[in-house]
Amino acid sequence: MAIEIKGLTKHYGNVQALRGIDLTLEPGKIYGLLGRNGAGKTTMLNILTGRQFATAGTVSMDGAPIAENDEALRQIYMLSEATYYPESMKVREAIKWSAAFYPDFDSSYADELTGRFGLNVNSRVSALSTGYNTIFKLIVALACGAPYLFLDEPVLGLDANHRDLFYKSLIQRYSDKPCCVVLSTHLVEEVSTLVEDVVIIHQGSILKHQTREELLAQGYTVTGSAAKVDAYAAGKNVIGTDAIGGLKTVYILGQRGEGAEGLEFTGLDLQRLFVQLTND
Amino acid sequence: MAGTEAPAERRIMQLDFNSEKPIFLQIAEGIEDAILSGAFAEGEQIPSITEFSVTYTINPATALKGINLLVDQGILFKKRGIGMFVSENALDTLRAKRRQSFYDTYITGLVEEARRLALTKEDVEALIGQGFEERRSNHGN
Repeated sequence: MAIEIKGLTKHYGNVQALRGIDLTLEPGKIYGLLGRNGAGKTTMLNILTGRQFATAGTVSMDGAPIAENDEALRQIYMLSEATYYPESMKVREAIKWSAAFYPDFDSSYADELTGRFGLNVNSRVSALSTGYNTIFKLIVALACGAPYLFLDEPVLGLDANHRDLFYKSLIQRYSDKPCCVVLSTHLVEEVSTLVEDVVIIHQGSILKHQTREELLAQGYTVTGSAAKVDAYAAGKNVIGTDAIGGLKTVYILGQRGEGAEGLEFTGLDLQRLFVQLTND
Repeated sequence: MAGTEAPAERRIMQLDFNSEKPIFLQIAEGIEDAILSGAFAEGEQIPSITEFSVTYTINPATALKGINLLVDQGILFKKRGIGMFVSENALDTLRAKRRQSFYDTYITGLVEEARRLALTKEDVEALIGQGFEERRSNHGN
């Protein structure tokens, strides 16, 4: 069981949204799909779930092509900004509707979650605030029982308490019933501890795909007086620089060597690494 | 965590996600601290992987990695189908291990900083003595 993406390409006129993506999404793993605005994250997820068509390339689940394959699409739940429910539909009906589509939908768990998040099931879906619209979709995602959950900006409009509740509920769901989760977000630090693998998309291509720990072990920062830092960094793979007054920090990819007098070394966090790798 | 404090709710340890230390190591050390302070007693069951991951919002694989580290060292053991328990000799094992790393963890840095501040060996010894004194008057032991 896995989703295999090969040579996935998407053009909009002259714009190349995806430039040959190769990626395997394994079951039972939580992925962080990171990219700047317009990097191609949503386009990729839309193609994976049959909402858009690829210009070239293939997507298959367990060897069978995904496009127009209802059986495969029932294995995937995708949460995105777009809402596909009729205007007049109430939350309660919309949840029932989803339950009819997903064979393993857990209705009592959905009830429990609506209570915990304080979602009014008698409201019309179209009348929900941004935050509660997201919460409604999150509840469907958590309760649907699908083995693949693609969550595109899953905390849009959520306050800190609801974000925390969502992350905890997601881990609980994942522990009870392991599934493949793709968290696509620009809130890099928030998902940093949740993900096992990190996939960084930049300008329509995959820049990095590694476990979080491997990725973070690839680099370090060095801080000190500009002259000393420059001397240390000479010949090394510097991916970014911050300077304030005479103080300088460089971000270096490579194995950290011996320390040096007057220089301070730290590891990279995901946010900093992401920013440095995707700065144009 | 001081042994005299009762553990606050279930939250027996603090993880620092900004720290350079990998989270699985922080989990392992947090559990070690909890055992050393008596919050997790020898022979007792500790929280499950799911409880750790949900409480700290971390990937269950990370929690598992930290716990397996302690299983490999004989500090925790698994009872199939029941959960994870603190070994009977965990305290002794941990103290021996922490004593071994005491020099690297505390003394090396202490001497380094003392030199930067032009503190002599005698100054530092006096400060250590003072530290023991204050601890005794605050905690009565």
